[in-house]
Amino acid sequence: MTINLFFQHLANAISLGSLYALIAIGYTMVYGILRLINFAHGDLLMVAAYVVFYAQGIFHLPLLPSVGLAVVLTTATGVIIERAAYRPLRNSPRSTILISAIGISFLLENLAIVVFGGRPKSFPLPQWLDIGSAAQIGQVTIENITFAIPVVTVTLLYVLLYIVQKTKTGMAMRAVAKDFETARLMGISVDRIIAVTFSLGSALAAVGGIMWSMKFPQINPLMGMMPGLKCFIAAVFGGIGNIAGAVVGGFVLGVVEIMIVAFLPDVSGYRDAFAFVILIAMLLVRPTGLIGEKAAEKV
Amino acid sequence: MTPKDLSIRRGIIFLLATVAVAWAGGDLRAVGVTGWDSYSVRIVNLMGINAVLAMSLNLINGFTGQFSLGHAGFMAVGAYTTALLTMDPVTKKMVYFMTPIIPPLQNLTLPFIVALLFGGAMAALFAAMVGVPSLQLRGDYLAIATLGFAEIIRLVIQNAQVITNGALGLKGIPAKVNLWWTIGVALCTYVLLRNLLQSSFGRALRSIRENETAAQAMGINLFRHKMISFLISSFVAGVGGGLLASLLTTIDPVMFKFPLTFQILLTVVLGGMGSLSGSVLAAAIVTYLMEFLRIVEEPRTLGFLTIPGIPGLRMVIFSFALVIVVIWYPRGLLGDGEFSVGRMLNSFRRMVTRRRAAV
Repeated sequence: MTINLFFQHLANAISLGSLYALIAIGYTMVYGILRLINFAHGDLLMVAAYVVFYAQGIFHLPLLPSVGLAVVLTTATGVIIERAAYRPLRNSPRSTILISAIGISFLLENLAIVVFGGRPKSFPLPQWLDIGSAAQIGQVTIENITFAIPVVTVTLLYVLLYIVQKTKTGMAMRAVAKDFETARLMGISVDRIIAVTFSLGSALAAVGGIMWSMKFPQINPLMGMMPGLKCFIAAVFGGIGNIAGAVVGGFVLGVVEIMIVAFLPDVSGYRDAFAFVILIAMLLVRPTGLIGEKAAEKV
Repeated sequence: MTPKDLSIRRGIIFLLATVAVAWAGGDLRAVGVTGWDSYSVRIVNLMGINAVLAMSLNLINGFTGQFSLGHAGFMAVGAYTTALLTMDPVTKKMVYFMTPIIPPLQNLTLPFIVALLFGGAMAALFAAMVGVPSLQLRGDYLAIATLGFAEIIRLVIQNAQVITNGALGLKGIPAKVNLWWTIGVALCTYVLLRNLLQSSFGRALRSIRENETAAQAMGINLFRHKMISFLISSFVAGVGGGLLASLLTTIDPVMFKFPLTFQILLTVVLGGMGSLSGSVLAAAIVTYLMEFLRIVEEPRTLGFLTIPGIPGLRMVIFSFALVIVVIWYPRGLLGDGEFSVGRMLNSFRRMVTRRRAAV
């Protein structure tokens, strides 16, 4: 193992990690407010990927407008899901909402199989992202997409943190996450804030899904399932409900996954299992996650 | 009569009734009195197995309020254990043509019942591994941990070729299952779980579901109760998986993906979270619909008009049904009550009197 090879893998790991981070944020924000594992979040990746696929393949839109269209449509999907399947259950037991989320996730996947077909499709890549378009830094080859993903992620993160920390809506979001009832008494429209949270999360998922398809240019109706689960684990790892935690968790998960596959090729068949092993280990050692604080049980 | 006597009496009545049904369906068929074809028998077998699986999932999800999504994984463990322990050495040699199976399993053939129980025990063992870290916590960690664990089990099965034959799956599993087995196991599960749930242990489980903090304040050891409930649930799931393996005679890792868990979850929700008889009823309905709805996936000709079949539409219907049920009828068919003829008659009588009063 040369140092160059290590840096090569590190570049890939950072790229994958930032994708995980981007998607994990959606999970952590929703969980922070509703205490709900939004199973349908992963499937939004798939929705975005297919919108771009069809916008480019059938309507011949250029890349940027189709990405914009995908973000808009995916955000709309996320908000509609919240409105139709989660809001009517606001006062139901938590497990009921969880079942609803699982049902919606399954509905999206199976609808996609019926509408788009179950066979994988190859995702159209723009010229500057084609295989082989790569930059050389010393001995390390970095594909353009590997470089682009972290840049986009960091930019979006900055925007998100600005919204959450500096705007009035962001303040309301933090308040609702802290205490539902009190926030309502303070005159915050809780329903509106939850919708905003879902739209932010869904928009990030859309961008994440498109970049995912550019990195692994084969899309299929079930493509969102595994990344979705892993990103939820990333959010738990960092401390669920905490945006910084989701980012850290995403990067850790990406690095661990790439590095184990790179250095222990024998276990590469278990690639998808690492995340769950990490989750179980984390639940044993520090269930609140890396930067999560322990929330006292309200009686 | 004490509640315990009552539950035993009810259990016996239920037992007799089911034996009668099984006898009428299974044994008479053998002598050719009823005209059940093998397809109908297979569906009834599936109903029995699905009832077992639904009841076991209901124990942990509906009665204990802990969300487990790992049923497919535990079923896989049970199915593979049962299959490996019942297949004879000759078949094993034929099935493992890529890489031979490791020695102790090579020549091991056990009676079906032993293999089935062993499958359940293995499933419970695996459940303990995921339960210890995740049941100590409150919240939905069990859901995600079991979901992940099921996936890990599947990956292990897919990669451990010397034991499980990897992605090729197992073929030629002895078909030991008949109506006696499926209905019988469903019955045993029902009686066992019903008695368990009417004991003080069962009441403790329900109190955990209603309010963990209050249950703890009443001196209930949360972890211990959740854990035992989870182990029993997984044991039964493993037995159900073993039955399924023997019914299908062919298993492979792909069939134990999440959609399998989803189907059982749908059954539980439809029957009512916290109703054993609801789970049995819903298992029969869902199994029947799964078969009935095949028509939407096959092309049909209506005179001059040909409607193309849409593959995958069944699952769309089922997932849509789940969401509808959860949003509009969250109590399912029976809510958290049990099916009883007396209560049904009562509500019928009330309906009649109300109508009379209206007139």
